[in-house]
Amino acid sequence: MAVDDALNQLGNQVFLTRFDRILAWARKYSLWPLPFGTACCAIEFMAVVGTHYDISRYGWEVVRFSPRQADLLIVAGTVNYKIAPALKKVYEQMLEPKWVIAMGACATSGGFYNNYSVVQGIDRFIPVDVYVPGCPPKPEALIDGIMMIKEMIETGAKRKRDILEEMKKR
Amino acid sequence: MTETKSPVLEAIREKFGEDVIEAGIFRGDEFVVVKRERVIDLLRFLKEDPGMSFEFLMDVTAVDWLGRKTPRFEVVYHLYSFSKNRRLRVKTPVPEEDPRVESATPLWKGANWFEREVYDMFGITFDGHPDLRRILLYDSFVGHPLRKDYPHDKRQPTVPTDEFPDPEKNVRVYIDEWKKRGE
Ligand code: SF4
Repeated sequence: MAVDDALNQLGNQVFLTRFDRILAWARKYSLWPLPFGTACCAIEFMAVVGTHYDISRYGWEVVRFSPRQADLLIVAGTVNYKIAPALKKVYEQMLEPKWVIAMGACATSGGFYNNYSVVQGIDRFIPVDVYVPGCPPKPEALIDGIMMIKEMIETGAKRKRDILEEMKKR
Repeated sequence: MTETKSPVLEAIREKFGEDVIEAGIFRGDEFVVVKRERVIDLLRFLKEDPGMSFEFLMDVTAVDWLGRKTPRFEVVYHLYSFSKNRRLRVKTPVPEEDPRVESATPLWKGANWFEREVYDMFGITFDGHPDLRRILLYDSFVGHPLRKDYPHDKRQPTVPTDEFPDPEKNVRVYIDEWKKRGE
């Protein structure tokens, strides 16, 4: 019968889930990264966005240079004290929900620049969710890092930002 | 350092006589050390004399000889002649108590930013410079980091860091959180 057919077809097209899960599903496949590229690591980021590694396969390719349109901040490169206020501002201007990746040794810890001008890790002034090691990290490593962010979104894991807030309240 | 005959150095010695402290060739590169009072005269001569024609000022920089030489500083000019395809290095000693040199900006506009950089990094001031401000570091920075007595890891933060606990502790908390994540 026609009605049965229609119901059968509907059965293939409808599924039930929780709202936050479907939201997370949508989010994790449509991250809009903002590359804060200050040094050599940014070149490696370009490779990741380029055709060979092509992060658009995962839906992350809409690279935005406006913090208001991005939800993933990728800090790729050496951050010194002169640029630090700008980075902080960029982070603050991003809308919630937002995640941060520190790409490379420099963004993570200052790298080998143990000197007067370089911030010894961006986590001294903005919360970092994923650290990608390497100098520079291989494109696969960065993809792995973004995969971790994806996993965080999927499982609803707390971000560093949330943890810090909690620690403050305690 | 061997003194070898060079028409450029000969001409400089002839014209500046006593004011040339040292001149020579080191591994094929000609250099001349001149008294601070005469350095601009020398540069003008090198630029404008048709026999010299060093039209291009490639770089201005400085050296801090703390504990190894007096006077402590040395300002270094690198010149290049397009028409004659040769180079010359001009150096002038600058004492610590009075770190000043006359600016080369009237001769070369390009000296502007070089001298600002030297001022920024070494604290040597250039008399007659049109706009002697820091060029690389931020304005709130105190001191001159390429001076040998500036501690290499003395940092002057520009952003508040107090809401972030000790990074190591931070990471530990974070790892614990990640371990819980799967449960
Ligand atoms: S970590 Fe290495 S590759 Fe990356 S910005 Fe620093 S020096 Fe360059």
